[in-house]
Amino acid sequence: MPTDPVIEVAGVTKTFAGVRALDDVDFTLEKGEIHALVGENGAGKSTLIKVLTGIHTPDAGRVERHGRISTIYQEVNLVPLMSVAANLFLGREPRTRLGLIDRARRDADAAALLGGYGITADVRSPLGTLAVGEQQMVALARAVQAEADVVIMDEPTSSLEPREVETLLGVVAKLHEAGIAVIYVSHRMDELYRICDRVTVLRDGKRVHTGSLAELPRIELVSLMLGRSVTEIRKHGTTAFGEDHHADTEPVLEARDLTSTPRINGVTVSIRPGEVVGLAGLLGSGRTETAKAIIGALPLDRGTVLVAGKPVPRNVKAATRAGISMLAEDRKTEGIIPNLSVRENIVLAALPKLSRFGVTSRAKQDRIVDTFVKRLRIKVSSPEQKVSELSGGNQQKVLLARWLCTEPKILLLDEPTRGIDVGAKAEVQALIDELAREGLAVLLISSELDELLDGADRLVVLRDGAVAGELEGARLTREHVLAAIAAEVMDDADSH
Amino acid sequence: MTTLTAATRTKVLQRQGSAVALVLVVAVSWLVFPRFGSLDNLRDLALQGSFLAVIALGMTFVIITGGIDLSVGSVYALGGVLAAWGSQYGFLVALALPLVVCAGIGLVNGLLIARTNMAPFIVTLASLLFARGLLLAITDEGATTYQIPPDSAFVELGRGTVFGFGYPIFVAAALCLLGGVVLNRTSSGQNVFATGGAEQSAILMGVPVARTKIGVYTASGTLAGLAGALTAAYLQSGVTVIGVGTELDAIAVVVIGGTLLTGGTGMVLGTVIGVGLIKVIQNVINQIGTLDSNYQSVVSGVFLLVVVVLQRVLRR
Repeated sequence: MPTDPVIEVAGVTKTFAGVRALDDVDFTLEKGEIHALVGENGAGKSTLIKVLTGIHTPDAGRVERHGRISTIYQEVNLVPLMSVAANLFLGREPRTRLGLIDRARRDADAAALLGGYGITADVRSPLGTLAVGEQQMVALARAVQAEADVVIMDEPTSSLEPREVETLLGVVAKLHEAGIAVIYVSHRMDELYRICDRVTVLRDGKRVHTGSLAELPRIELVSLMLGRSVTEIRKHGTTAFGEDHHADTEPVLEARDLTSTPRINGVTVSIRPGEVVGLAGLLGSGRTETAKAIIGALPLDRGTVLVAGKPVPRNVKAATRAGISMLAEDRKTEGIIPNLSVRENIVLAALPKLSRFGVTSRAKQDRIVDTFVKRLRIKVSSPEQKVSELSGGNQQKVLLARWLCTEPKILLLDEPTRGIDVGAKAEVQALIDELAREGLAVLLISSELDELLDGADRLVVLRDGAVAGELEGARLTREHVLAAIAAEVMDDADSH
Repeated sequence: MTTLTAATRTKVLQRQGSAVALVLVVAVSWLVFPRFGSLDNLRDLALQGSFLAVIALGMTFVIITGGIDLSVGSVYALGGVLAAWGSQYGFLVALALPLVVCAGIGLVNGLLIARTNMAPFIVTLASLLFARGLLLAITDEGATTYQIPPDSAFVELGRGTVFGFGYPIFVAAALCLLGGVVLNRTSSGQNVFATGGAEQSAILMGVPVARTKIGVYTASGTLAGLAGALTAAYLQSGVTVIGVGTELDAIAVVVIGGTLLTGGTGMVLGTVIGVGLIKVIQNVINQIGTLDSNYQSVVSGVFLLVVVVLQRVLRR
């Protein structure tokens, strides 16, 4: 096969603090191809990308670049306080004859460019005022506009809505037509198989496979990523949820008529002990707001929350005392305290219970932490390790442990598996299952329909801040959920 | 990623807020104190403000990158003493010596902050002590005050006037204009905003973050040195006791001017307005006469607090 590589990497090794992030990796990117780069978190994808872009210098090996590289990262890496146009053209602003930045032209160019991506926001407003999906599109526009020969996309769709994903994939197709090579990193199989020509699989810092993607069945791809045999995966599925839970007792949590205009409007949810209730719906349908309302973090116009039949005062402290705990969606800003140790992060919420006259018992702390590290299989070198050094999946487990050691009756989980790799995802899912079986009432919020369908015993579908349907038993199918969500789209079409 | 709600509106309010306050304070002072509006007083006001404005200009850049420069007060005093000492060797030495030395201190600040990732607070606190110590060492613990020969051309730089307005006013105005253009209309300025707005993102976007930081601290040191030289030229001597706490005045006027201490946003015009506000208030307190001049600080402090509280409230 004749090759015309734009990037050639041979025998690259990179070690961080004694950990081998990349181990003798070969990688070739052909001109104009769309190359999928897959692997679990911690497999070395990010490190490889940083070696390709020159941010990291490899300890050993050869890196050859025959073109300009432009990168889009998973988290929007732009400056929220600067204007959209300034972000778009940072470092390559159009100039006036005096050599000063030509703002009028910059703003006009930016508006024209973004129009092509379906973004009509004011380009002079700070980037941070845009929705996350729009910000990601700006990042994309910035990368593409750089006249690169190679565009690297690191999980570009993880924060996008379906419509935006379509736009993004359309842009990738256009890049492909223009002969630009793309490295596409994603966990979403559908996207990979739709657009990618070849695939490279990394596992534990080693390249385990490179080849045509179309010739590789999905299940084999998953098996390569996980290092588990195909039959094993067939048997257990890709999610790790078990059988349904039996729950025919009285509900432990009843949230009635939760209303906080304009975001949620009369949402009613009840959960029985040992039951996992899923909250489905599009971004902005009021899923997170419902959970926040239940735990008392969202001011309500009306509505009541009952735990075991007793009304709970509307504040987080009272809700926590009544046995409600919430795992927030954004680990980084709403949960983990990166500079504290695993132990300190775990016992944080339970400190009042572990203290007497404000003095905490270290022995008790150690005992609890030890229990949870074992029970949740948190991978740490010691409980004193800094949380920031753990992988996303293990950080999520630490947070889970934090709330579990307050001995809650009701656990609200907002996107508990977002941004963590396939293996850790399975473990977290298995844990949720286990906790429900032990009698915990769980509210599960997820954007991944498969996770909800497999994990929940009952689904409450939200649309526009209101309950659009409740699905149980035989009606717990993808089609029914989509039908409930889609009703909105039809309403919309009617009203215009 | 944080979503900024109504950030634009807030920015406008911050910008106009300090301007509105300045107009009000000036208007009231004009009406209440007959001497306030006199040309002599306004000239004096502008001259007093020009030294602080030059220092605060550098501070504005530093704070927009998310940093802080505590050394400027000491560097300002050191610059004055070096200028006075150098004036015996002529105009060029009197001007160049403080600029070079102070730029050097700023450069070291910048290098340490950018290359070793030490906290700007600590690094510049160290150079505050260093500069103050050096100043005391070369003046026999402040006992020696270097005089500038009255006939020297250097004195003209501080005392010369156009229509009665002192040269330092024009120097400060020119520098602030230049600073505004650099900040808003050049890529260096964009880099300053990007560095303070989201450092990691800026690195990934190819912004030379380290170089930008080194640049702003060097500029800050140089400007503080220049302000010192101008002050020495105006006072005709290198006064050793000036500049104590000046760094805090500079920080205060920058914040009053709407530059966020957390970095990423700010403007030179705001800083100029901040200088105006502080100086007008000080001037008015002097006019009252019966009020102890220490109340200048009290009023400045209260004012700063009000501004910061307002910034908070507006951000909601």
